[in-house]
Formats: sequence, structure tokens, C-alpha cells
Amino acid sequence: MKKELIELRVNGRAHELAIEPSALLLDVLRLDLALTGSKRACDDSSCGACTVLVDGVAMFSCTLLAASCEGQEITTIEGVSEHGSLAAIQKAYGDWGGAQCGYCTPGFIMTVKSLLAENPDPSESDVRSALSSNLCRCTGYSQMYEAIKSAIEAEREGMAAK
Amino acid sequence: MSGDFSIIGKPTAMIDAAEKTTGAGKYTDDLSVPGMLVGKILHSPYPHARIKRIDTSRAERLDGVVAVVVGKDAPNPYGILPVGHDEHALALDKVRYVGDNVACVVAVSEAIAEKALELVDVEYEVLPACFDPEESMKSETDLIHDNKPHNLEKDYHHVFGDPDKGFADADHVAEARFIANEVTHAAMEPHSTLASFELDPHTGKLGRLTVWSSTQVPYYLQHKLSLVLEMPMSQIRVIKPLVGGGFGGKSEVIPLEIIAAVAARKAKAPVKITYTREEVFWAHRGRPRTIIDLKTGIKNDGRITAVKARVVQDGGAYCSYGVVTILYSGALLGALYDIPNIQYDGYRVLTNKPACGAMRGHGTVNVRFAFESQLDELAAKIGMDPAEIRQRNLLQPPCITVNGLRVQSYGLPECIEKTVERSGWKQRKGKLPKGRGLGIACSHYVSGAANSIIRSDMPHSTVNIKIDRDGGVVVYTGASEIGQGSDTMTAQVAAEVLGCSLARVRVIAADTDLTPIDIGSYSSRVTFMAGNATLRAAEEVKKSIAAAAAKKMGCSRDDLVFRDDLVSKKGMQFTGTPETAAGEGARSTQPGASVSGRVEGQILRGSLQQKRKEEGPKEWMTFEEAVVTAIDFHGALTGTGSYAPPQEARGGKHKGGGVGPSPAYSYSAQVAEVTVDEETGEVTVHKVWAAHDCGRALNPVSVEGQIIGSVWMGMGQALTEEMVWKDGMLMNPGLLEYRSPSSIESPEVEPIIVESIDPEGPFGAKECSEGSLAATIPAIANAIYDAVGVRLHESPFTPERVLAALRAKKNAKALNLTEGVDPTAPERFREHGGSLWFKGKGPERHALDPARRESPEAGGPD
Repeated sequence: MKKELIELRVNGRAHELAIEPSALLLDVLRLDLALTGSKRACDDSSCGACTVLVDGVAMFSCTLLAASCEGQEITTIEGVSEHGSLAAIQKAYGDWGGAQCGYCTPGFIMTVKSLLAENPDPSESDVRSALSSNLCRCTGYSQMYEAIKSAIEAEREGMAAK
Repeated sequence: MSGDFSIIGKPTAMIDAAEKTTGAGKYTDDLSVPGMLVGKILHSPYPHARIKRIDTSRAERLDGVVAVVVGKDAPNPYGILPVGHDEHALALDKVRYVGDNVACVVAVSEAIAEKALELVDVEYEVLPACFDPEESMKSETDLIHDNKPHNLEKDYHHVFGDPDKGFADADHVAEARFIANEVTHAAMEPHSTLASFELDPHTGKLGRLTVWSSTQVPYYLQHKLSLVLEMPMSQIRVIKPLVGGGFGGKSEVIPLEIIAAVAARKAKAPVKITYTREEVFWAHRGRPRTIIDLKTGIKNDGRITAVKARVVQDGGAYCSYGVVTILYSGALLGALYDIPNIQYDGYRVLTNKPACGAMRGHGTVNVRFAFESQLDELAAKIGMDPAEIRQRNLLQPPCITVNGLRVQSYGLPECIEKTVERSGWKQRKGKLPKGRGLGIACSHYVSGAANSIIRSDMPHSTVNIKIDRDGGVVVYTGASEIGQGSDTMTAQVAAEVLGCSLARVRVIAADTDLTPIDIGSYSSRVTFMAGNATLRAAEEVKKSIAAAAAKKMGCSRDDLVFRDDLVSKKGMQFTGTPETAAGEGARSTQPGASVSGRVEGQILRGSLQQKRKEEGPKEWMTFEEAVVTAIDFHGALTGTGSYAPPQEARGGKHKGGGVGPSPAYSYSAQVAEVTVDEETGEVTVHKVWAAHDCGRALNPVSVEGQIIGSVWMGMGQALTEEMVWKDGMLMNPGLLEYRSPSSIESPEVEPIIVESIDPEGPFGAKECSEGSLAATIPAIANAIYDAVGVRLHESPFTPERVLAALRAKKNAKALNLTEGVDPTAPERFREHGGSLWFKGKGPERHALDPARRESPEAGGPD
């Protein structure tokens, strides 16, 4: 297939890329841009390990054409750390055992980012419902809820301190 | 209790947590090397067939294809068990399951490799296939492996005590058939392997091989690669990057790991192969479908008099860990309760399906489901509380069970007590509204096998530690971090022994060139065995430091205390925090912290340091000062520790007696609360209280995570997860169809840590990652009985099965759910992804099923 030249904005930086029109966003991120934080785990958008934000909306990059994201702002897990330090949600996932093997973690963190952007004070059922787009085989999800709760609190305290 | 320790016993974020939460950490598929090619495997479309001819020429001619690998490129057999070398990198003459490995195309891109797969011509002669173990055992011809008559991989017949007398003495006997259907690990990371050869400077030809692989057992992989490739182990380096979950699925050598190396050799270039999710399901090695005919006898006082179990496991097409699985199923009837008489007949049977292997709770889970369900039934028969009948059958440790298992620490009584208390069992059991119920069950697991699968007197774990003038502690361990916290545990144990901060410790793990041997992350052995080896290595280094420090401080070695980055004389009272008391020289616990105006590390050459050195005897030293003193004194600061299970823990002398013994057992007791919708048969688990005796919780966050994860995985097997087969074809090879529970379906799990402090574990620790899984399934089954009065004999407890049981009960007509159920009978098979049984051809579709609307002739009326 003939390649096309596109410009993709990822984590605030523009990249000019020659890709096949059928190339999936996940493959372009992992292979062309070496952003391997987004994972492939299911091939059929059932697990959410490849979740990225496209203009702030959580999307499965394994079933999204890269070419269709031109002109949109893509955020991957690599773009979550703030000013060289862990974001509250990243720190909390570590502290509370939200990540065990870590393979699903980037996808979950992107999902949580999108949830909190939309709903800064989610109830437990909001959280459960949001997380149901992603699968984890290690944690049974419980410690993730703790992590999310504590990240929300940390953010709030951080804001208050400012 | 944890007050005695400065590092262990405190909730600690995993030392690799940031790598995981930032996406910076590399798993095998994230790696690439220059010139790397992609491998794709051609799989068999037939469950059993002879390969008459393979023609790869058309594929080889495709532009972009570098090599096509077939069986004869690496004909040596291998297998994880020395008795089970029945696999080949790629099929030599026969394929034995749908998905068996036939050829591998190596190309410059995945797309080209996939296209080339279609150009490989294979001519098969299809053979009769066996899918049901009980049918398979009757086979006389067309055997799956020629050297296994009746397709029987292995059978064992054990008698301990006098079971006949035990049953004669019993006041009540229960007997039933239980079936636990097949489940798989479905770890989030699909298997991936990258293999690369170096050119040898002396011969100019392919020399050393480096393999990066998603494995729980890098050293076994190194060994099997050496067998297949006919290379010395010293020329093979296996590196385990981050692993995205294992659960046993990566605890043996998976075909792609061998194929990638063979392909790299043939293509003369680095090759990476990563499985698709469907291939992961075919690679499988999960928990076999198990048929358990169980008979238990008890006295009126609840005491168990005898147990008889006949277990048939549907092992799939290759041996894998099968011999061990079938032995665990029998051996771990012991060591939980005091059972005086046991008869066990175990059959591991070959069928034309992907090989089953080790999965979390290896061998014990399905039998535990049957046993705990039957015990519940017997308790009801004699009108005894189900918690109490379990308390009536406790062991009296230290003891050796009738089947030769040594039990020392035994937290089961406390586990039962605590779950009963936390769940409000006594107040609530039997008083919940109809449709809601509570069930209790117990389980246990080994803290590592006392006998390695490769018989030898070699230590099971060895750990090296080096400390240099920078005061950094580097621990070299072969133990494999797979998400369970292995590296963090290693760092914690080393830091605790040396009295230094966690930040000083760097763990180099699972790289066969750098790290001393450790047999891997399976059978929950790492904390116990690698933990003990770390402890011993750290003790050895500490001894060297103490010798030098004691000389400097003018006291005896035994008078020194190592703690909080300080080495001080025993009984020395710091006012305030040790840091303030110790003065500016001791402030540093974090790397980069400033010490007397200098960055740590520079302190060694600092004037303060020199001054303190000249001061003569003192009351305390910083860790760094002590290290420098020791290096001045000894020359180098290294330590080695290893662990081999003690002879007394290695079990009885009977055939197969090597499997089951462990230096220590973990214990679990759980209460599950469920509701059952009597209209739909749907079971909802609301909460599980899970008490787990892990000896000592080295990292409570991790221990709780492991308990919750085990319970959750057990719940998946109990309610939804099942591999559904039709004529040897897996009908649900996807994460959604396999129905791994999402956050919506997952209940609250309350983990309760019980610390029995094992006499031989590192700081008293035992296993915590597997033992809890087995109790969840029967706890839910027993809760369903409590809720609606039906006993389920087949897992998972899908709405169809629950509803059938409820209906049978209403009609007062006995319905054995498993009667006549035969997944291989052509007139009956299962709906895709579900567990409904149908007669006739093709699945009946719901009236609104889109497949039915498109083809009106498909399916029929209800």
C-alpha cells in the first residue's frame, strides 16, 4: 500500500510521518514513534491496554486509524508525567498496589485521566463503570479504587496548597 | 510486630512501580534491535493429522521473506519435565491440536509474514481425534503419542492409611462427581520472544545467543534452548524484561520461545515473535478440565475418617507439567485437614487440544472445589455449622501428614476464626433473606516445591550481593519478577538485614549472564526460597561489615545494631531521631541527599569523613562509613547466599512422593456472600472475606494485592471463565468471549492477613500468591447452596447451570448436571462463549441474534 504523509500531534509535539492509510494508531505509536507505553493485549478492542486520549477522550488506539487522528491532540501514557515528576494518579497506583504486572496500567491510567477530566468527584460506581472498559488480570481492581481515591485527594490538597 | 523491623512489614510501593505507571518499563514486545525481523507462525487447522508434505518454496519467493522454518530445522524434542520431552519447536510429522505449530515465516514486516503464511503449502492426512478424556482413555489406535498407550500420559494410585476401614468406621458417607471446566491464565501480556545471535570473533560464524523473553523461568528456557539448538548453556543468555503477568502460563518453555531462536539461527538475523491473543489461547498451559469422583466419610462428631478421590484430567496434546499437576491433585488432599486415610487414583489423559500445564494453585484448585463442597454437604447432613466441621478436622502441627507432608506453621485455625468474625458468620448465617447466602471454604498451597523438577542437589535459589565504596547495595538474583513483587521483596529483605534504606538497594534480576541461578517464579517459591537466599547473602556481607566496624568501634560484633543507615552499639540511646542525634554525618537516607554540604558519594573523600576516620573508636558509624571501613579491611565486599529445602521437608518415598512436599504451606479461609436470582440463575458475589496465613507479611500492600487477585481469579473460574470447545476448536479465544470479569462484575474482597511466622521462612514469611484462589470457588458454591438450596457440581456456575439445578430441585426430580454431557458428542455442543447445550447441528440463536436475522434458516424455534 502506498504510504501517506501525515502530521500527528502526540504529547504536545508534532511528528511528520509516512504511514500506510490502514496503519493503526497503536502501531504508529509503538513502531514509528517508539512510544511503547501503550500496549497491545487483545487485538479486538476488548481489553483497553492500548487506551490513549484523543482530544481528551479515551480511545482504543488498536482500532483507530492513525491517519484519522490528524489535527487532533493525542496523549499517551508517556505524556502523563508532569514536569518531570509522577502525576498524582501514577504515584497513587504505585503506592496502593494498583499496578502489579503493570501491563494494563498505562491503559487504566489513561481511562482514569479521562474520567477525572469529565467528573472530578466520581462516586465508586462511576469509577467502576469507567474502569470496566479496561481489563486487568492481576489486581481484582480493588486496589485501583484506593489509588484513584487517594489521587483525587492528593490533587485536591495540591490545589489547596497552591 | 512490625515495630521490630525498619523495612519489612510496612506497605511499600514496588521498586519498579514508576516504570509501570509511566509506560517507561520495557516488556519483551517493546524491545527492538537493529535489523530485527518479525516471525509469524503457521498453525495447524486440524486437531490430529499427519503432515505428508510441506512446501515452503512459494512463501520463500515472496519479496520481504527472509526464511521459512520447519520442524526439521530443529528436530530435537524438549518439554518442561524431564519425563515429558514430547514437544518439538515445529511439528515433525504430526500435528496434535488445532493451533499446533507447523512452520514459521521470518520477514521484514508483520504484514509480509502474514501474507507468506498463506503461501506455505501443507498436505495433511487427517486422523481421528480425541477430545474427551474418558473417551480418549479407551483409544487403542491412532494414539496421540505412539509411546503412550490409551492416550494415558500418566496414572498414579496412592493408598495412605486404610481407606476401606475409614469408610467402614464412618457414620456418614457422601459420594459425587464434580467437574471443573477448563480455564486459562489470560495474562494481559501476550507471550513474546526476541532472539539474537552474535558473530563469534574466533570462528566468524554465529556464536552466542541472547534471548529476551516473557518468561517466569529464564533458567529453564536456557536449558531447553541448549537441548534444541545443541548449544552449550554457557553460550545462551536469557534475559527476562518486565513480564506482564504469568499465573503459570509462562512457567514453562512456550513454543514461540524455541521457534524464535531457531528462526534467528536460520534467518541469520534477530527475530521477534509476539503471539496474537488467539495464539496465547492456543499456547494455553492452563488448568485442565477435571473430573473428580469424590467420596468422603465422617463420624457424627464431624471428624473425617477417609477420603477417596478418582481424578481424570484432560491434559491436552502434550505432557507439559501434566505429571506434576496430577500428583498435586492427590498430594494436596493432605496438609490442610487431618485426614487419616486417603485413596487417590489420578489419570492424566492426552487429548487433541492445546496442552494444559501449571496455573495459579497448580493441581489443587479443582479437587479443592470438590472436597470443600462435599464437606459442606456432610456438615449439613449432621447438622453442624460448616465453619465448625472445618475446625473439628484441624491438624496438630508440627506434624507429618499421612501422605508424608511436613507441616510446621499452621495459621488455618486463626484464618477460620478471623473470617467467621469479620463476615458476621455466626450472626448472619442462615438468617439472610431467601436468595442470599453465605458460604465458607478453606484452602492451602505450597511455598515452593521441596523437590526441583530436575532432580539434583543444586540450591533452588542463589543470590549474590556486592557493596561498593558508593555505599550502594547491588543484589543479583535469578528470581523472576512477573508482577508479584519479587524484586521489591528482594530489596526489602536485603535492606532489612543490612539496616540500610530501600533506596540504596539496586536489584539486578533474571539475566542468566549476570545473576546466579534461581529455578523461577512458580509454585509460589520466590519469597520463601529466593527470600531466604537473599537473607543469607545479606547476612554474609553484614558479617564482613560488622567485623570491620566492630574493630573500629572497639566492641564485639554482636554488640552492633544495623538500622536506618547507621551502625551503632547496642543499647545506644539516640535522643530524638537517630539522624539528629548522629549529627550531620548520618543524615542521608536518600540518594543525592546532602551530607555536610557534599553530595552523598563524595562523602568518602570528604574532610569530615577523614576526620571521623582519625577520631578513633566511636559509638556509631553511618552505613557508608562502615562500608568504607569494611572495604579497607577486607578488600572487597560481597556475599553469597543460597537456599535448598531441608531434607526433612522433601516428602515420602512412595512413587510420585516428590510432588506435594514443601518447606511450608500457606493457609486460607474464606467466606463468600452471594445472591442468586432464581428467575435467571444469575449469581452475584457481593463480598468475599479472605483470611490468608502468609507467615509474615513482608510487604502488606503486595500481600493484600495477591490475596485479592487470587480470590478474584477464583471468582472468575467460579462464575464465568471457561474454555469452550467444539471438535477441538476453541470457541472463545478472546478476552471478552472468555469472560474475564471486569470492574463491574468484581466484588469487594476484604483481605485479612494472618501471620503464623514460619520457623524457616525469611523473617517467617510464606507464600501468598496462590493459596487463596482454591477456596473461593467452593466458598461461592457453598454460598449458593445457602442462598437457594442447590449444590452445583460443575464449574463455572453459569446462569444456565444454576437455573437447571433450580428447576431440577423444584420438580423434585434428580438431575445430574453432568450426566450425558459430552463436549465431543457430535449431536451436542456448546454455544460460542457460553455454556448452553444444544442438540442438532449448529447453535440455536436467540430470536434477536443478528446471525439469525441474516440467515433465517439458521437455528430453530425454542
